Amino acid sequence: MTRMDAVWIRHYTAASALGLGREATRATLEAGRSALAPCRFESAQLSTWVGEVAGVDAVRLPAAHAAYNCRNNRLAQLGLSQDGFAELARERIAHWGAARVGVFMGTSTSGVLETEIAYRQRDAHAGALPQGFEYRCAHNAFALTDYVRRVLGAAGPAVTICTACSSSAKVFAAARRMLAAGLIDAAVVGGVDSLCLTTLYGFHSLQLTAPGPCRPFDRTREGLSIGEAAAFAWLERPRGEPAGTDILLLGAGESSDAHHMSSPHPEGAGARRAMQAALQDAQLDASDVDYINLHGTGTPSNDAAEARAVHALFGSQLPCSSTKGASGHALGAAGALEAVICALALQAGLMPGGLNTRELDTSLQVHYLTRNRRAPLVRVLSNSFGFGGANCSLLFARADGARAG
Amino acid sequence: MLAAQILGVGVLGPGLPDWPATAAVLRAECPYAAAASVLPPPAALPPAERRRAGRVVRLALAIGAQAVADAGISAGDLPAVFASSGGDGDNCHEICVALASAERAISPTRFHNSVHNAAAGYWSIAHGCQAPSTALCALDASFGAGLLEALLQLQAGTEAVLLVAYDVDDPPPLRAHRPVADAFGVALVLGVLGAAQKGRAGLQLTLTQAPTTRLAEPALEALRNAIPAARSLPLLQALSRQTQGCVVLDYLPEQRLQLQLTP
Repeated sequence: MTRMDAVWIRHYTAASALGLGREATRATLEAGRSALAPCRFESAQLSTWVGEVAGVDAVRLPAAHAAYNCRNNRLAQLGLSQDGFAELARERIAHWGAARVGVFMGTSTSGVLETEIAYRQRDAHAGALPQGFEYRCAHNAFALTDYVRRVLGAAGPAVTICTACSSSAKVFAAARRMLAAGLIDAAVVGGVDSLCLTTLYGFHSLQLTAPGPCRPFDRTREGLSIGEAAAFAWLERPRGEPAGTDILLLGAGESSDAHHMSSPHPEGAGARRAMQAALQDAQLDASDVDYINLHGTGTPSNDAAEARAVHALFGSQLPCSSTKGASGHALGAAGALEAVICALALQAGLMPGGLNTRELDTSLQVHYLTRNRRAPLVRVLSNSFGFGGANCSLLFARADGARAG
Repeated sequence: MLAAQILGVGVLGPGLPDWPATAAVLRAECPYAAAASVLPPPAALPPAERRRAGRVVRLALAIGAQAVADAGISAGDLPAVFASSGGDGDNCHEICVALASAERAISPTRFHNSVHNAAAGYWSIAHGCQAPSTALCALDASFGAGLLEALLQLQAGTEAVLLVAYDVDDPPPLRAHRPVADAFGVALVLGVLGAAQKGRAGLQLTLTQAPTTRLAEPALEALRNAIPAARSLPLLQALSRQTQGCVVLDYLPEQRLQLQLTP
């Protein structure tokens, strides 16, 4: 691979069960508080815990975009409203020109909750869906990206990446390629996935949901807790003299497991390839990384495979943790949410400890943090692995220490 | 300027069983005879997966295999870009029917097949391919988005990449809201320009406001409009004729893709 320039994360925000906006998200992480609670979502009758975002259904989309109304786009709107993200985006779109701004969003289920509800209301005779069912603006995976670009007024290239739980990590890699090629001057990237019955009952059918709050890297971990989130970042090429606390995307690595649709390669071969590719892309060594935000879903097989991959590449001393015990697994939004968490971690010098873990699984030979640790951080890695064996690792850094030191 | 050479082609659509037959129709050497798309079981998958493979997986794996065979290269370490305007409607329908029932019993296989990257996952398993793969959706612009992503991967230093763009019609009642006519897919193996291998044609891509290239034959033009992946047909026609020239493909409402072909 030829060397690609770093990308500047000029602005970022998130809305998740951890809180609305950066300050609330950081405060929840600092407090070591889990946002998981027993599932009361919609009509679900499952004994599992979720990371539900409060107030999503009270969000109103702008009237001009009312056709896009669905839980997923309401959550997107809630995210865009935090930290002045939409305002900055519109200002930068005016600066660059709408056609020079791309939109790259990740989701796994978009607005399928509306389809699930519409199927309950099928016409008794003909089986038709009710009037007002929106395929294009709600059901389809592109509905999210289309909504974001319309509400912000961007008119450049746009795409939804839909690789299950790595969707919104891969958007960073795709946007970076397009920036590097000079096709655009700025990009909105992010991920939005919202609770729905397909994922709640689907993960349950695979026996991958924990009955209580998920306990990543615990000896008796029983599965994941589903969450939801909207997370956004504004990307541009680095300006002349970056400020020390500016966050850069230094590298991205992608790989396929080629093993199984819903279980990871047992040795974590795909995960290892993705992490290695991210290091190579950034021209860094394993010793240059200060912390890994793990995929760490809390399923027995995921954590074991990921730990093997991390151990093989980084040894057993590098601090790492999963933040899914706090937020739940935001699925297609997890990559972007954890990119935001990495940016906050870099700026605050905070490695968030993994929550809910009662007894560490000592067979996993990594340095898993169960308490917050404060230390200056320069470079951190974020892992996202999805069904179908779609893996992505992203390497973020503070601008004042971006190069290997 | 994004550029590539086209190393291999695969096509499957209504009345278009493969690339040689499609090329003959596009060159007007034989008339277009519309007929329902026939999707073969994916030979590269193990028997159990082969039997269970839905129409989307059958289509994607069939055209991908055509394209790598045409290019004469191995799929084993070829990065891949999968693009579909809607994913697997049959599978989504079955899940929504189950969720609307009292029991809400979803089959685990249906659930893991519900991801948009299911075809990408099965492709990687079938060919033991651990190279990166992605799965995109841009509704009617999905072929264009996939082509753009594939060319950007080449620009970023990848030697060759497989693009697989495919759409399968939804069952009722979804079909009433998304009337895709039938299954159509196109796969291209794209390589960097100047590599030793001599491709079918060179390709340069720019964003444009110029009007879309339409097909003179009304039945083919109707097909181009009826299925999003068939928005690729003007490119395939130019490729079939091996003439130097420019075609403009539909992409997003605000812009189209201009492709300059050099045989």
